[in-house]
Amino acid sequence: MSIAFATIHELRKQLLAKEVHPKEVVESLLDRISSVDSRIKAYNYLHPERALESAEKADVSLPLGGIPIAVKDLISVRGEPCTCSSRLLEGYIAPYDATVIERLRAAGAILLGRTNMDEFAMGSSTENSAWGVTRNPWDLSRVPGGSSGGSAAAVAAQEAIAALGSDTGGSIRQPAAFCGCVGLKPTYGRVSRYGLTAFASSLDQIGPLTKTVADAGLLLEIIAGADPRDNTCEPEPAPSFSTKLGEEIRGMTLGVPKEYFVSGMDPEVEAAMQKAIAHLEGLGAILREISLPHTPYSIATYYLVATAEASANLARFDGMRYGRRAPGCNDLLETYGRTRDEGFGREVKRRILLGTYSLSSGYYDAYYLRAQKVRMRIREDFLTAFRDCQAIVTPTSPMPAFRLGERTEDPLQMYLADIFTIAVNLAGLCAISLPCGFTQAGLPIGLQIIGPMRKEETVLQVGYAYEQSTSWHTLRPPLG
Amino acid sequence: MTYEAVIGLEVHVQLKTATKLFCGCRNEFGAEPNSRVCPVCLGLPGALPVPNEAAVIQTILTGLMMGSSIRPRAKFDRKNYFYPDMPKNYQISQYDQPLCLGGEVSLPVLAFPKDAQKEPQALAGKKVRLVRIHLEEDVGKSFHLENCSGIDFNRAGTPLMEIVTEADLTTPEEAFALLTTIREILRYGKVSDVDMEKGQLRCDVNISVRPVGTEAFGTKREIKNLNSISAVRRALKHEIQSQIELVSSGGTVVQETLRWDDARGETIPMRTKEQAHDYRYFPDPDLLPIRTEGRLRTEAERRMPELPETKKSRLRETYGLSEYQASVLASDPPLADYFEKAARSTRNPLTLANLTLNDYLALRQDSPDPMSIPPEYFGQLADLVSDGTLNSRQGREVLAILIQAPRPPKEIAQERGLTQISDSQVLEEFCREAIAANPKSVADFKGGKAAAINSLKGFVMKKTRGQANPQRIHELLESLLREP
Ligand SMILES: [Zn+2]
Repeated sequence: MSIAFATIHELRKQLLAKEVHPKEVVESLLDRISSVDSRIKAYNYLHPERALESAEKADVSLPLGGIPIAVKDLISVRGEPCTCSSRLLEGYIAPYDATVIERLRAAGAILLGRTNMDEFAMGSSTENSAWGVTRNPWDLSRVPGGSSGGSAAAVAAQEAIAALGSDTGGSIRQPAAFCGCVGLKPTYGRVSRYGLTAFASSLDQIGPLTKTVADAGLLLEIIAGADPRDNTCEPEPAPSFSTKLGEEIRGMTLGVPKEYFVSGMDPEVEAAMQKAIAHLEGLGAILREISLPHTPYSIATYYLVATAEASANLARFDGMRYGRRAPGCNDLLETYGRTRDEGFGREVKRRILLGTYSLSSGYYDAYYLRAQKVRMRIREDFLTAFRDCQAIVTPTSPMPAFRLGERTEDPLQMYLADIFTIAVNLAGLCAISLPCGFTQAGLPIGLQIIGPMRKEETVLQVGYAYEQSTSWHTLRPPLG
Repeated sequence: MTYEAVIGLEVHVQLKTATKLFCGCRNEFGAEPNSRVCPVCLGLPGALPVPNEAAVIQTILTGLMMGSSIRPRAKFDRKNYFYPDMPKNYQISQYDQPLCLGGEVSLPVLAFPKDAQKEPQALAGKKVRLVRIHLEEDVGKSFHLENCSGIDFNRAGTPLMEIVTEADLTTPEEAFALLTTIREILRYGKVSDVDMEKGQLRCDVNISVRPVGTEAFGTKREIKNLNSISAVRRALKHEIQSQIELVSSGGTVVQETLRWDDARGETIPMRTKEQAHDYRYFPDPDLLPIRTEGRLRTEAERRMPELPETKKSRLRETYGLSEYQASVLASDPPLADYFEKAARSTRNPLTLANLTLNDYLALRQDSPDPMSIPPEYFGQLADLVSDGTLNSRQGREVLAILIQAPRPPKEIAQERGLTQISDSQVLEEFCREAIAANPKSVADFKGGKAAAINSLKGFVMKKTRGQANPQRIHELLESLLREP
């Protein structure tokens, strides 16, 4: 089997045993990319020479020594573009490393390339990219999910050993579910956001997309921990997240929110979910129905909070200091107007307008402030629920990957793809998505395990127990 | 009908910190354009702000110095508007939870402009209430060149403190006095140098007029970005006059934002686009709320200086100085400290104060570092002058030498033969010589022209090369001339 198909843990063993050289790993991935990425378009750009150069001098004794990691195209890497899949950032070269990039470098990882995404992380299908859509490796007529669709597709198509994504309302977990890989959204404040282009600052977190649960734990350990450059980052150092991997989950109580099993869910997803629940019971877990009563408000709340923050976060993209400025403008207002009109895609403009509106005087109390209050209720829902259970299990998405173009004309339908993931961000919790079955048509289905704040080791423990007793994660998409 | 003005001020002060408000770039004036910038203060994608504690402590300290209530919990908000000198197109400021609320500043007489210090408004001892004091980031600076514009972001992100007053002021002179007082307090706290040349104090003023005796406010107009205390006075004078002229001729004031052209002495309306803003304030999600209780507040309290008014009254009471002397000394805290150290080595602090304020200040202007004189020498010099060993001219001469090379002043005086001649026998001889050589002056004096004695005194001073004790000569000459 090609080296590209390996997990981080497998590769580490081979690298340490000198069975493979880091250069062979990079070459194997480049081969794989050149044979499949014309169909997938997971990457926005690659740095083969630089990757081979770092492979040459890689120190395999480091935790990620010689292991290539793909990075979503909204995280700053010194000397590289960071386009956020937006025309507006065309030509911008980041002059600094994000904290997570510094940590990857220090751990010996090789930065291979940058993955496609919905523009500024706004979307659930990776169709809102200025550089073209990414396709689902399991069915090229379908979306990979989003916004970290490029990262998920790259991992699923074996074009990457592992990748970093970012999750604001499900942007790691939902594409992981659609592509049949593992995606972990850490607790808010667990991973430094310094160098992550902000979409919604109070919701954004960087996290891993990997082939296995154990790899997700390892990658999180590298990137997590205190950072004085991010005021919202937890001040204490990150613990070892993998300590509970392999511990059995017998006797553990898992909550199943009744509000998540309502009409509208795809029947195949629901069936897979019931099987997953039965499987977890088989492993000795106690499954208990819980209630998260404010669930119906989470989408509205999310789209008020996230767009309000985004409207300010994206104000800096005006073509004045970097990026693409509309040519031939006569005055300042025209420069602002045309630069942003030509530079931003439709979904980004829609969200900036929505956010600007909800912050405007006269609407602030009714929209932004009320949304913040509901957000507190949603958080309290979870606090209450976690008194009776140690983790919560839900489907990651109510449906499997949909067809390209199917939802682009109806933003509300698109927003519903995140209905099970959004509340986790609003409450600042951690959650993982991992494969729990396939539809008749061969599309992956994702299981979401939600943990309380700072309980990544619990969701990893449950995820690992499920994964190791099933074989979904060993299946590969039919790409040849 | 007579009208009165109602004036409120928003005073922006650049804080004296080593680094900017949210990044590690140096906070300094006059560096090469765009040489003090980083991803954070340039608003690059992904950069995040981290608050500079020193700036927060200085703002709390300012609140303490002005009697504000320090809020236990404060937060930063985003103020949204587009402008090229603002890298993020929002400014991090404080909206509804500032660091300090309330407070009060008293206006001492000597803070008023010199030409107004005898007026009732200066003597009233007015107190001006503050609304709030908050912290925000400054913006960059635009330069308009021939065919293009350039922006220097060195100033972007430097800490700016805003002090907002109630509309308690009624005259341009009161505004002048308030700003002078605020400047002195801020310098005392080492919070800012308040250097106008460097734009460290900028002021927006709100003005309305109403008939004297009425309660309701008139429509206000705002003059933005005044950058010196005297410009504030001139702009207010002009604006009050034009509003009163407008209203008393039957017109109405329209709410407007103005700019002041100090050279031409007139206000210019700013374009309407720059006025009606909805800033869409909301809490900055990148920044945690600030808890001031505990370390931050304790540190501010530790830095609390003796305040100018306290210092003035202490200088008056301890050393018997006049209001004026105390004020001049207090306006220069390092000088006041130096004076107090020197005062420990003299029996006559009043003479020391005169030496300090008349001679020392004059000499200091063109000498490198006069503060290098050990304070005890300065005190000893005051004793030499007050006990008559040196006259005041000689005192200044010794002082000049002291500044060049500090040594005990007594040594200098002896070495240069500068001791004053107070010996009556010696002086009497000189006086008799003067009387003998100037019969006309003697005749004039005896004829009733008292001032004629001065030319005789001048003769003696000349003969003694200025070393005679002028007081003694005067007495001797008088008694000799009155001899029958
Ligand atoms: Zn900076």
